[in-house]
Amino acid sequence: MSALRNILLRREAGIAVMIVLFCLAVGTQKPQFLTLDSLRIILLLTPLILIGAMGQMLVVVARHVDLSIGSMLGFSAMVTGMMFKFHPEIWWPIGFLVSIGTGALLGLINGLLVTLFRLPAIIVTLGTLNLYRGLTYIVSNAKQIDRQYVPSALKAMSQTSPIFGIPWIIFISFGVALLTYIFVMHTRVGRQIFALGSNPVAAPLRGVAVTRVTLLVFSISGALSGLAGILYASRWGFVNPSNTGSGFEFQVIAAVVIGGVSINGGVGTVLGTILGVLLLGCVAAALPLLGIPGTTQSAIYGAVILIALLIDRTVRQQGIKSLTRARA
Amino acid sequence: MLKKTLLAGLAIGVAMVTTAYAADPIKIVYIGKNTGNPYFDSITGGFEDACKSLGCEFEFVAPATAEATSQIPFIEAQIQRGVNVIAIAPNSPDALNQVLDTAKEKGILVLTVNGDLVGNEGHRDATILPVDFTKTGPNQVELMGSMIGYKGDIAILSATTEAPDQNTWIAAMNDTLKNDPKYKDMHLVATVYGDDQPEKSTTEMEALLSNYPNLVGVIAPTTVGIAAAAQVVQSRGIAATVHVTGLGLPSEMRDFVKDGTVSAFQLWSPYNEGWLAAHFAVGVIGGTIKNEVGGTFDVPNLGTITIADKNAMNTQAELTTFDAKNIDDFDF
Repeated sequence: MSALRNILLRREAGIAVMIVLFCLAVGTQKPQFLTLDSLRIILLLTPLILIGAMGQMLVVVARHVDLSIGSMLGFSAMVTGMMFKFHPEIWWPIGFLVSIGTGALLGLINGLLVTLFRLPAIIVTLGTLNLYRGLTYIVSNAKQIDRQYVPSALKAMSQTSPIFGIPWIIFISFGVALLTYIFVMHTRVGRQIFALGSNPVAAPLRGVAVTRVTLLVFSISGALSGLAGILYASRWGFVNPSNTGSGFEFQVIAAVVIGGVSINGGVGTVLGTILGVLLLGCVAAALPLLGIPGTTQSAIYGAVILIALLIDRTVRQQGIKSLTRARA
Repeated sequence: MLKKTLLAGLAIGVAMVTTAYAADPIKIVYIGKNTGNPYFDSITGGFEDACKSLGCEFEFVAPATAEATSQIPFIEAQIQRGVNVIAIAPNSPDALNQVLDTAKEKGILVLTVNGDLVGNEGHRDATILPVDFTKTGPNQVELMGSMIGYKGDIAILSATTEAPDQNTWIAAMNDTLKNDPKYKDMHLVATVYGDDQPEKSTTEMEALLSNYPNLVGVIAPTTVGIAAAAQVVQSRGIAATVHVTGLGLPSEMRDFVKDGTVSAFQLWSPYNEGWLAAHFAVGVIGGTIKNEVGGTFDVPNLGTITIADKNAMNTQAELTTFDAKNIDDFDF
């Protein structure tokens, strides 16, 4: 058990070292990158990705993948935005229930398609990625929900702070991460997700209700996409049928994989995923600061993801092997 | 109805015969840059209202994303559908040449609305632009200057590096700042691109503030960019030191103007572009308007419109400036 803990420590330490090295390298060129102000910028870039990454982590640990999260985010945000626009009399915090509930329902549909029809999740969610985005256009009649309809109190959550000048939205995202940690480490169902991902054949023999656990992880992924949806409206002040959530899946899956969650299932930690999200946030904030032109930024962003993965993979090749052996 | 059709056919000659034999109302389609873009809702509103009064049929379609080639299947579908007029906000100055030529060969009137095929004007019949775009750059520089007392470091936050309109305006801004002695104390320190995405525009704006601590103003001649820049200034509470202006939609900027984050910004009426385009199209097909450089015609609410060089028309002479006093008068 202590050997296992050491491996985990070393793995996450690897990502942490990468973050520190990257920030120091940027800091030699732009000293202002190493200030609290840029930490604030980085943290404000990451809450939605962090929330999405927690759901995705569970799905990937269960040996599936959820490509539809950006569209679930967009659809939930649009439904909530339309509630704000057409029913301003409803108390606005109800929007959280609407958005999370809508997302959970869409996620449950993904889970049902995967379990009932025994379809690969990558195909199912590729389909619903387009289906849910299309439904977003249909329900909204392709119209944006403008800033004036998003409640000021909701927008303020991305700007005002309960403590230390850190906006609410950041506390919410780390709160989600903490709850996820408790869920996977200290609940029976949480542990069953790992058992299922490590060995889907043996899991039912060991008493894991495979269908229920699968439905659960997809519903959680949907619910968290829904939470990210209403927080999108908070952060950016509007909901657009085509932009909102578009490309979200790429950032989230990149963060999860950089964070050491194995695409083969069964392996992944909340801390590693948080670090993966932070590394992406650092890169996204650093590129414009370094004055790298927009045309080059996406190439560099992609290259950094690949380099991070390669370093991580090389460092912990042995670690993964012994870890999966220990779990299975 | 047949008589009217025959008269129209005689009046406009053989070239238009394909459109004239249709006894149905004139069918106009407007192809936007992308779906869900609130800017096009307003242009569409102008088309719809004009078609209500003129008796034409109108439809708006747009691809999901504003890529160079994404409009081609939409143009092809409309040619097959047999529309009389294709109006389009082109996503590329040259990628559509071939398919637009096909449309013209079938006798369809091809108009570019809100953006032109710069350098490829021969592939459309006429263009409707909101203002003379050569004046946009100088107008924006003047508005910025008036906000910062004509001195200090300023920056430009644009959309994408390859957007033709943005580049025309930015070149004109550079030119004005360099050559007009009125602006000799204003220094353009950076031009950055937020790709019309809120996330990217925000990180670019934050980087500007971090890299140029003496910055006093940012011009964002794009609706996504100006809203993102304003939001950064609002959340940092630095509206007194960093002034944001540019081209924005009143519906998106209203809150920022009311809370003092942005004192003034500019745009034109997108609605009038649709209104003018529909009147022009129906006039040309009906034979009452000749699509010739130098020609003039009257449009209700807009007055006399002149067809300028390269068959270009403008809905207004100067940009409209929006501020706390007038912003509630506009509902787009």
